[in-house]
Amino acid sequence: MYKTSAQHLSYDFKTLANVMAKATPARSGDYLAGVAASNHLERVAAQYALADVPLKQFLTEALVPYETDEVTRLIIDEHDSNAFAPINHFTVGDFRNWLLSEDATTDKLTTLAPGLTPEMVAAVSKIMRLQDLILVAKKCRVITRFRNTIGLENRLSTRLQPNHPTDNAAGVAASLLDGLLYGCGDAVIGINPASDNLEATARLLHLLNDVIERYKIPTQACILAHVTTTIKAIEKNVPVDLVFQSIAGTQKANESFGINLNLLNEAHQAALALKRGTVGHNCMYFETGQGSALSANAHHSLDQQTCEARAYAVARKFKPLLVNTVVGFIGPEYLYDGKQIIRAGLEDHFCGKLLGLPMGCDICYTNHAEADQDDMDLLLSSFAMAGGSFIMGIPGADDVMLNYQSTSFHDALYIRQVLGLRPAPEFEAWLIEHDIFNAHNQLKPLTEMPALFKASILKLTGGN
Amino acid sequence: MTQDNDLIITNDPWHPLKQLTPARIALGRAGMSLPTRAHLDFQLAHALARDAVHIPLQFDTIKQSLDNSGYRSQLLQSKAENQAQYLQRPDYGRCLSEQSIQQIATQQPQAIDVVIVIADGLSSKAIANHALAFLQHLVPVLTDLNYQLAPISLVKHGRVAIGDPIAEHYQARLCITLIGERPGLSSPDSLGIYFTYQAKANISTDADRNCISNIHANGLSYQQALKTLMYLMTKAEKLQCSGVTLKDETTHNNTKIDFNYQEHLNSVEN
Repeated sequence: MYKTSAQHLSYDFKTLANVMAKATPARSGDYLAGVAASNHLERVAAQYALADVPLKQFLTEALVPYETDEVTRLIIDEHDSNAFAPINHFTVGDFRNWLLSEDATTDKLTTLAPGLTPEMVAAVSKIMRLQDLILVAKKCRVITRFRNTIGLENRLSTRLQPNHPTDNAAGVAASLLDGLLYGCGDAVIGINPASDNLEATARLLHLLNDVIERYKIPTQACILAHVTTTIKAIEKNVPVDLVFQSIAGTQKANESFGINLNLLNEAHQAALALKRGTVGHNCMYFETGQGSALSANAHHSLDQQTCEARAYAVARKFKPLLVNTVVGFIGPEYLYDGKQIIRAGLEDHFCGKLLGLPMGCDICYTNHAEADQDDMDLLLSSFAMAGGSFIMGIPGADDVMLNYQSTSFHDALYIRQVLGLRPAPEFEAWLIEHDIFNAHNQLKPLTEMPALFKASILKLTGGN
Repeated sequence: MTQDNDLIITNDPWHPLKQLTPARIALGRAGMSLPTRAHLDFQLAHALARDAVHIPLQFDTIKQSLDNSGYRSQLLQSKAENQAQYLQRPDYGRCLSEQSIQQIATQQPQAIDVVIVIADGLSSKAIANHALAFLQHLVPVLTDLNYQLAPISLVKHGRVAIGDPIAEHYQARLCITLIGERPGLSSPDSLGIYFTYQAKANISTDADRNCISNIHANGLSYQQALKTLMYLMTKAEKLQCSGVTLKDETTHNNTKIDFNYQEHLNSVEN
């Protein structure tokens, strides 16, 4: 029983899950699930109660049963008690104070990461303001490598996302060239295929591999097909750099995605064996997003942000190159408006970074959410201030295949200017070498067809 | 904008690539940012999509036009009382209001084969622009097959599963739901058709449905959509089921049929 009193009212919260859910800042998905606080006072009362919970409690009171959930088993079985030792006497409230203090340095946070569980970081995030989430995340440093180095200080990478409604090769190539010429694509060149089958996936993988090899681009490719499709592609000797999969925070939600930890491990081992990385071997790309467990009716009465943080335990197991929280894609029944989307994006980044993950964010919204470009500008600006690892780069912010709006090539250039953030060093050198960027992190003006791609552009357009 | 414009903005010399994709490429830049015209073009597209979600469908007008075409119809509403509640409570959008339940309960039982449901969904424009025109293709084919049709149900604030309680009430084998799809910037009036065999409230799931999406002027034509729908219905009558089990046998004529449950959840969210 978790008790607190506020304004002469006493509150008894039956379970830790209950306290967590009611302490969560308001969002539509928790109301939909019926787990949210019923009013403002109850929410703050739950936050007081949560602040008094010892961090150790999360190691003994599983929010999803250990016996029936492999994600819980992963979290508990792989918890590093030595790393946890320096803070094992803290309450959630103490933990917040310490994270904000000068004592919590980048080195200490890096060492601490294996000692933290998703529930601990979710809990502390619920009693933090946006500036707290930004300040602490900024102190975390997570560096990953495949053909370039992602996550270095004062760097921001971009996923180039040249989707096309029918996977048309020339259409993909047009958006791909546009993106490269705007300096995007160092996190990954990643396509969401219109149809998830081996033939389409293999064709697109060959296309991206040809481009990367031909122009010697220090980056990696990925087709965001189901993990089983990518495993088949590897078996057929199709060039696979990164294995993609959407993941969630409970076993049942992952089952709804058609995955489990064994399957992810099989895919990870298969990709590692290809040894296609040149500067490192992080070869997994995961996507997550608050609300996915509830939409699969697999949330175990947890709030959606705690479910989301648990997905990071799954990601962490496989040492990914990239983890992307696709924050506004799922719709207003989970995150209603710009305010909820912005907070969720910063929470996810904070939780992922504390757990040691290379967090990026698909800063996005759908047309039935109460959000617009101004909201995205606010999230983009604060996400970059928080030291986010990467964002999406989509032509004109308009994904013509998935029908949603994300960040554009221009958006990336905006934040590079304002905060002086450069691309991954290997990719930056390539941009400078080919006269796309100057040495000052700026696009060079071009008055004629760029020499590097001139032949390809003429071929694609029939010489017009 | 004046002629000085060309001196201030940097145009992209690779603009011939625009012909290869509907994506917003080679937009040029003002400094490193979007030029005014490209920015306003985006705002325009977003405004159209937002209006498609938020401008209410004129159900009376639609009913009048169905009457004029000789189609019997009835106006119903889901449990969602307003648009904000509709957007946040998909569960309400799947149930009929008490009043609508009583309304259909008063009808004399008769043998019905097909129930057609028209729901506003997430785009009133999709229904206003395409529902009647599609019915004019569909109903004559159903009539030729001697199918008995229930009055066409026009449902305010309805999601895909709103067809289930209606089909169950009429004990209909075949449920066809026309619904406004989540609008994209390039397709604010896209119509989706969901087909369910022996639909039942709280029993039928998305895995039991087949979806034909992206029906609009620059997408799938009415003829293509009808061809796919009739193919699915014929198969369903033979196999006595619908949904994922029909999956592997329906890859004809270029129509994209969306069976993948997760993809459906993410891309349509009705």
